[in-house]
Amino acid sequence: MQHTATGTEPVTTASGVTLRVNGTAHTLDVDHRTTLLDALRERLGLTGAKKGCDHGQCGACTVLVDGRRANSCLLLAVAQDGTEITTVEGLAGDAGDGELHPLQRAFLDRDAFQCGYCTPGQLCSAVGLLAEAAAGHPSYVTPPDTGSPDGPASPGGPAGLTPAEIRERLSGNLCRCGAYPRIVEAVADTAAEAAR
Amino acid sequence: MRPVGYVRARSVEEAAAAHAGHPGARYLAGGTNLVDLMKLGVESPGTLVDVSRLPLDTVEPLPGGGLRIGATVRNSDLAAHPLVRASYPVLSQALLAGASGQLRNIATTGGNLLQRTRCPYFQDPAKPCNKREPGTGCGAREGGHRDHAVLGHSPSCIATHPSDMAVALAALGATVELHGADGARTVPVGQFHRLPGDHPERDTVIGPGELITAVVLPEAPAGLPSAYRKARDRASYAFALASVAAVLEVADGVVRQVGIAFGGLAHRPWRAERAEAALLGAAPTGENIARAVDAELDRAEPLRDNAFKVPLARNLARRVLTGLAGPAARP
Repeated sequence: MQHTATGTEPVTTASGVTLRVNGTAHTLDVDHRTTLLDALRERLGLTGAKKGCDHGQCGACTVLVDGRRANSCLLLAVAQDGTEITTVEGLAGDAGDGELHPLQRAFLDRDAFQCGYCTPGQLCSAVGLLAEAAAGHPSYVTPPDTGSPDGPASPGGPAGLTPAEIRERLSGNLCRCGAYPRIVEAVADTAAEAAR
Repeated sequence: MRPVGYVRARSVEEAAAAHAGHPGARYLAGGTNLVDLMKLGVESPGTLVDVSRLPLDTVEPLPGGGLRIGATVRNSDLAAHPLVRASYPVLSQALLAGASGQLRNIATTGGNLLQRTRCPYFQDPAKPCNKREPGTGCGAREGGHRDHAVLGHSPSCIATHPSDMAVALAALGATVELHGADGARTVPVGQFHRLPGDHPERDTVIGPGELITAVVLPEAPAGLPSAYRKARDRASYAFALASVAAVLEVADGVVRQVGIAFGGLAHRPWRAERAEAALLGAAPTGENIARAVDAELDRAEPLRDNAFKVPLARNLARRVLTGLAGPAARP
């Protein structure tokens, strides 16, 4: 354990934390500076989430925290104690039968990648996107509500995931190979399947 | 990044006490900006006081009208909230215009207000910056400043405030609730952020150890016309070159209520009080709207490479206000 002498008493600079990742609890000591991304990759051997920019700009590190997509490079591991984290390794069927998540299958069917570096982040982000849309969350391109007394409509539901909606909602995930058209198609396929 | 202490607070009082008891303490909520600035070497807190799990994560209607938004409500949840979408569409639109889906899931209401400028000189400790290190000069003034301020800047700093949300809050006339050693106080959002003057290191009027606990929106009837429009270099996921938030209510052919604020133009969300005064009580014709917007932007003092922002902001404002006025704007 490290200490610094910034005050009258030493400040503890590492702590024990329990990270629940893909359904398994891991208890480890982390330096407080450790990001969730580094803890996943360097301590738990889960190298699916990628370090692209390490500044929250590229989305390659996207994972799900309590079911919501988040940039793991900007989250401190110590602050994630008690959360449920899902990485790309946890998307496929947990029965070990190799059953891919529908989005993973759609990415394969549509050939929605070239080098694959951004793919784990794209997949986790798309899982979050579909959940947000299903919950009726709007995006910047969703037409404004008319303010009806029944409350806002939910045009962001799965059936409303137009290519423009998918592009806007996935804008936090960059693909330097430029596989965007196929990524949008893969997400649209999955959304249509879910709406059926 | 320097070694750092970490304390998770369970109440506002506990957070304030932890902040007071640890030298160099900083509050940590979503951390999307603070953690990044720590990586860049711009911020080196001694201890992080984690306030992300304080019970401040609700949006509550107030008895007399209006909404109280807890400081740790996530940007995505606020943007999707039915009451916000129904009565404050400008706020929902501004939130959705900022950052990315995954960042909005992390970032909080309080943290959004306290985010620092994205001026590249501020973010690079190898460069001079009066905001990061007072007295070192401003690298942007004679350097790259295409994205910088055209209103209210000073010889010491030409940075802009990056928030979209805060621009909508300024137009709505929201207030910020703060908790400090001397108790609670409220500050109008329009006065919460400072102009740089001789102290650009101070972004806001927040005191040492003070914690944002909530943002309060004034009453607005469902259907009150309001909108946010943002111009940027990409279609999505980029900071504003210029943006406009506006609330405009027309009754009997004249403007009964108006709130206008610009983003991307100044060190703080720029409440356009001159434009508001020019429109209040007037017919919202295209001509009157144009004159009101000019009354505000005539004060602009563009720099060598950002004069384009003035007509950009002018056109954005005219378009938003004309749209909100509806048929009344047509000659």
